[in-house]
Amino acid sequence: MRASYATGLPAVIRGEEAFLAARRQKRIQALLGGAILLACLLTAAWVSEAYPATLWAGLPRIGEYFIRILPDLRWDALFADAETEGSLAFWMYRLPEWSLLIIETANMAALATLMGSAAALVMAFPAARNITPSPLAYQLARRTLEALRTVPEIVYALIFVWAFGIGPLAGILAIALHSAGANGKLFAEAIENADLKSWEGVQSAGGSWLHGCRFAVLPQVLPNLISYLLLRFEVNIRSASVIGFVGAGGIGEELYKVIAFNYYEEISAIVLLVIITVSVLDLVSERLRHAAIGRLEAAR
Amino acid sequence: MLDITGLTRRFGTKTAVDGLSLRVPAGQMIGVIGRSGAGKSTLLRMVNRLTDPTAGRILFDGTDVTALRGQALRDWRMRCAMIFQQFNLVQRLDVLTNVLVGRLNRRPALSSMLCMFTAQERALALAALDRFDLAETALQRADTLSGGQQQRVAIARVMLQEPSIILADEPIASLDPRNARTVMDALRGVNRDGITVLVNLHDLTTARDYCDRIVALNAGRLVFDGPPEDLTATRIRDIYGVSETEFAEQAAEAVGATPRFVAIPA
Repeated sequence: MRASYATGLPAVIRGEEAFLAARRQKRIQALLGGAILLACLLTAAWVSEAYPATLWAGLPRIGEYFIRILPDLRWDALFADAETEGSLAFWMYRLPEWSLLIIETANMAALATLMGSAAALVMAFPAARNITPSPLAYQLARRTLEALRTVPEIVYALIFVWAFGIGPLAGILAIALHSAGANGKLFAEAIENADLKSWEGVQSAGGSWLHGCRFAVLPQVLPNLISYLLLRFEVNIRSASVIGFVGAGGIGEELYKVIAFNYYEEISAIVLLVIITVSVLDLVSERLRHAAIGRLEAAR
Repeated sequence: MLDITGLTRRFGTKTAVDGLSLRVPAGQMIGVIGRSGAGKSTLLRMVNRLTDPTAGRILFDGTDVTALRGQALRDWRMRCAMIFQQFNLVQRLDVLTNVLVGRLNRRPALSSMLCMFTAQERALALAALDRFDLAETALQRADTLSGGQQQRVAIARVMLQEPSIILADEPIASLDPRNARTVMDALRGVNRDGITVLVNLHDLTTARDYCDRIVALNAGRLVFDGPPEDLTATRIRDIYGVSETEFAEQAAEAVGATPRFVAIPA
């Protein structure tokens, strides 16, 4: 079909007009939306004093800081003992203590994840709209979980350091409380997506509400919950490594000290150790999580 | 003896079951038929109390079932066991545990939550599975079984409840003819042990072959109650205004099954 012939058709002319009108409409809407967004962005930047000039002036100083904390390593002495300047051993001269602190940090994260998720599991069943025993229980559970996750970990940590003294216990409790709130919501949503046919099966056989949770819902959502638990563990490793800034245990306390005293080379040493630990645990946890998800998919 | 009087259930403005009265003597096998939306499922679910009635009463041996709460309600549910079209097993649990779900109400709270059952209970469960030729599958996950096998596991679960009544809501609508026959034979078998059976069926032929008595519902009302031989093709046309073939097509479509016009031998 030739183009000159096609353009002459009344349907084509009407269609083309309608298309152009619709396109004009869409463009006007996009421009208007873009203008509003830009105005909001500029206002926000002005209110929060995020000036490009300040950013520009500060950038080189970030680089300067990084250059300062870099270790002074020399090729010829790289594998010499801790007494020789320029060797790896000299840079990491406190590796044994730091390793212990890193292990403590990982333990804090693991314990806090387990404790928090256990509490989350208990609260998730009443907080799931489809199986909640009563509207009151639903509201109570949902609001409690909300309150738990709204307060930042560092605030909990400050409270617990004041109550239990400096040390990992405060940090574990702080992270556990936040985890309970965050995971409780995710758990409840996993439960809300569960298929309720087996729930009816258990109820119709005279099972109680708890029986329904244990036998009809839990087997269905367990792989999902395990996946959320491991994801939370990854997040908590990061939290645990900075929560020591307020005296709540782990490597953070040491990191805060060397930053405050400007022990530049030690800062880079600790940061490197933290990055390595977090990456390794992340990788392990990710593999476990994908295994759990794989089992979930296979079961469908 | 199950005695239902003036049973009504409304969902918003829609009345699913409308002033239904029915007396069920112990030991009968009753087929409930009707088209989609006739209120068959709602009727059965109200007897088990999965759905609460809007009005009316259900008496069982003089006890008002509609007033039960808490532990008394759970005890009642255990006695009037339910079988579902979609089997309603726990797919990710093994077959044996699925059958033992029928004992949960009899176990102390803590040991039941820990999934601890006695050797005697396991023996009961295995015997029930063996009765339906499923003893070999006891440790497999429920989702590895075929539909017909799953429905027989559901019947084994029901047997562990040691019920007085079995309510079966379209038990064979999702099954092929051969499995449908095994499942109906199993239901007939437990009925011969003295258990009352109320079974919703979309298939008239099956109802005629297996039941002592047929109850027909239309728009929530009882429109026929009598022995199978009285439910003739003419009677169907009188009640529903369609031929038996059309009725079969509509009823089968409503439950997602393929209509059948050939009798399955009992």
